Amino acid sequence: MSSELLFVQGNEACVRGALYAGLQFFAGYPITPSTEVAEHLAEMLPRQGGCFIQMEDEIASMCAIIGASLTGAKSMTATSGPGFSLMQEALGYGMMTEVPCVVVSVQRGGPSTGLPTKVAQSDVNQSRWGVHGDHSVIVLTASSVQDVFSITVEAFNMAETYRTPVILLFDEVVGHMRERLDLPAPGVLPVVDRLRTSVKPGINYHPYLPREDGRLPMSDFGGMHRYNVSGLFHDIWGFPTEQPETVDKLLHHLVDKIENRAGEIARWKEYHLDDAEEMLISYGSSARSARHLVESLHQRGHKVGLLELQTLWPFPAKLVREKTAKAQNVYVVEMNMGHILAEVKKAVRNPDRVYLANRTDGQLIAPADIGKVMRVIEGRGV
Amino acid sequence: MNVNKLIRDRFFPHIWCPGCGHGTALNALLHAVDELGIDQSSIVMVSGIGCSARMSGYVDFHSMHTLHGRALAFATGVKLTRPELNVFVPMGDGDGLAIGGNHFIHAARRNIDMTAILLNNRIYGMTGGQFSPLSGRGISATTAPYKSIDPDFDTVKLALGAGASFVARSTTFHVKELAGILKKAILHKGFSLVEVLSQCPTYFGRRNKMGDAVKMMQWFRDNTAKIGSNKLEEHPDYLPRGIFRETNAPEYCAEYARMSAGAREDRI
Repeated sequence: MSSELLFVQGNEACVRGALYAGLQFFAGYPITPSTEVAEHLAEMLPRQGGCFIQMEDEIASMCAIIGASLTGAKSMTATSGPGFSLMQEALGYGMMTEVPCVVVSVQRGGPSTGLPTKVAQSDVNQSRWGVHGDHSVIVLTASSVQDVFSITVEAFNMAETYRTPVILLFDEVVGHMRERLDLPAPGVLPVVDRLRTSVKPGINYHPYLPREDGRLPMSDFGGMHRYNVSGLFHDIWGFPTEQPETVDKLLHHLVDKIENRAGEIARWKEYHLDDAEEMLISYGSSARSARHLVESLHQRGHKVGLLELQTLWPFPAKLVREKTAKAQNVYVVEMNMGHILAEVKKAVRNPDRVYLANRTDGQLIAPADIGKVMRVIEGRGV
Repeated sequence: MNVNKLIRDRFFPHIWCPGCGHGTALNALLHAVDELGIDQSSIVMVSGIGCSARMSGYVDFHSMHTLHGRALAFATGVKLTRPELNVFVPMGDGDGLAIGGNHFIHAARRNIDMTAILLNNRIYGMTGGQFSPLSGRGISATTAPYKSIDPDFDTVKLALGAGASFVARSTTFHVKELAGILKKAILHKGFSLVEVLSQCPTYFGRRNKMGDAVKMMQWFRDNTAKIGSNKLEEHPDYLPRGIFRETNAPEYCAEYARMSAGAREDRI
C-alpha cells in the first residue's frame, strides 16, 4: 500500500522517514555529505508547522534539538565526520538526561577534514565510543533508499521507546545515490509517540523514576510538572547527587536499558544464509557490493551468504554468533580498518576464520575487491 | 511579596560562597518575576556550567542545567518550539563569553526572545579562580600568576554590536535598579542581555586585594554611574549602568511564524 512513488537520494529518504515519524524540530549546520537533509527540511518543515533552524555550529545544533525535545517535539539534527565530533559532548548530555532525539551522521573519509565528498564507514567506533564516560548507544544504518526511509522511522521509535538519542549512521554513497522510494501511506509503519506521564498536577512527578517495564514517562517543559534536568548524576527528581548508590544505579540503568535489549533492538537482513559455507557480514553501501557478489556466486552454485546489519550498536553479538555457526569463513566487508571486524571476532566461536575485506581509499568497495580477498583466503589466488 | 514559592527548598543550602553576589542577583530576579506576576509554569530557566549556572536548580521553574557555554543553544530549541514560554538564561562570564561566545553573539543576532543574565564576577569560580575573558589586563588569577595580559570584552558593546534589542547593565550593589531592569528585560520581546557585575570575594577579591564582599560592592558603588547622570559626565572613566538599548526589532520566533505561515499559503 503506497501513497507515493518517488525517485530520491538517501538523504531525502531520511527526511521523508523523519517526517513520517512525526519530526517537528530540526537544527543543523551545513556539512558535506549530509547537507541535503537540512535543505529538504528547510523547505518542508515550515510548510508543515514544524521548526527548522540553521544554527551557528554543530554543537549548538545538538543542544537545540535536546531543548526542543524537552518541550515534547520530536527532534533531529544531521551532520558528518567533523560535525559529528563536535556533537559528542551534547550527545552525551542527551544520553545522561535521557532525552529522545535522532542524530544523522552521513559518513565521509576521515580523520580531520579528510575526504568530504568521498565515501567511508570509519565513524562506526566513534558513534559507539565518541561520548566520554560509560554509556550505551543505539546506532542504526541502511544500504538502500527504501531502507533509509524505514530505518529512520525506526530510529525515532527507538528514541521514544528507550528515551535516548539514536544515531543514524549512513555513508556518502547511500546519502547521495538516487533510488526508488515507495512512500508508505500514514499508518502503514508503526510510529511510537512520546510516552507522557499520567501523574496529575499537584502530585509529585519523578522524571527519572523508571516504571516496572523500565520506561520513563515524560512531562513536557512548559507543562504542568516543573522539574530539573541536569547532566550531572542525578536522583529521581533530576537533582544533582554524588550519593554513590544513586550514581551507580543511574549508570547501570543508562547502560542496561539498551544493552539488555540488544535482541529487540537488532535489525538485519539476510541473503542465502541457510546453507552458507562462506559468509559475508556487511552494512551500509558496502553491503550492496557484498550482496552483488553473493548473488552472482550463488547463481554459480557457491554456498555463499550475506548478513546485512542494520543495527550496529548495541552490537548484535548473539545474532552474529548464531548466524555464523556453520560458516567455514566469515568475511567482514566494510570501508574502514576493521571496526565491525573486531566485534565479529569477539562474537564468533572461531575468530581465526574471520577476515577483513575492506577498502579505505575513498572509493566504494567493489564486488571484485571482496572476491579477491575471498580467493586469496581460500588459496585460489587472485 | 513572597518569593519563597519561586524557589525549591529541597535544593538549599546553595553552593555559593559567603559574600558571593549571585544570590543577590537571584533575589532581584525572583522579585522581578513576583512583581510581574508571571506564572512560574511558563518559565524555563536554562543554564550552563559554573557558579552562576547552579541558579537553575534553586528556582521552581522548568529548569535545565546543561553544558558549559551552551545554555543559549539549548534555550533556542526550547523557545522556538514553545514561543509562549518565558526563557531565562543565567550565564557566567567564562560560560557566556569564552566557551559560549559564539552562541551569545548568534542568539543576540537572531533577536530570539529570551532574557540572558550575564553574572560577571570576572573569574572562573567553580574551578578555583582562573582568569576569564572579562577579567581584563593586570588581574591576578591562578592561571595568570604574573597578572593577565589578556584584554577584556565590554559585554554591553558586544551585545549591542551583535544585535541584541535590549541591553542593560547593573550590579549587585544596585539591587532595586537591577530588579527594575530585569522586569523590563523579561517583558521585552527580543533578545535581552542584562550584565550584572557580581562579586567573587573568594577568588577574585582575595587574590586581587579587593577586600571582602562589602568592599567589593562598595567598589561597584564608587566606580559605576547611571547613563545620563552628572556623575558619569564628571567621571567618564566610570562604568555606565542602566539600559543601553531598548528597541523593537523583528523577533525570531515571530519571524519564523510569519515565514511558516507564508510557506503554508504557497503550498495551497
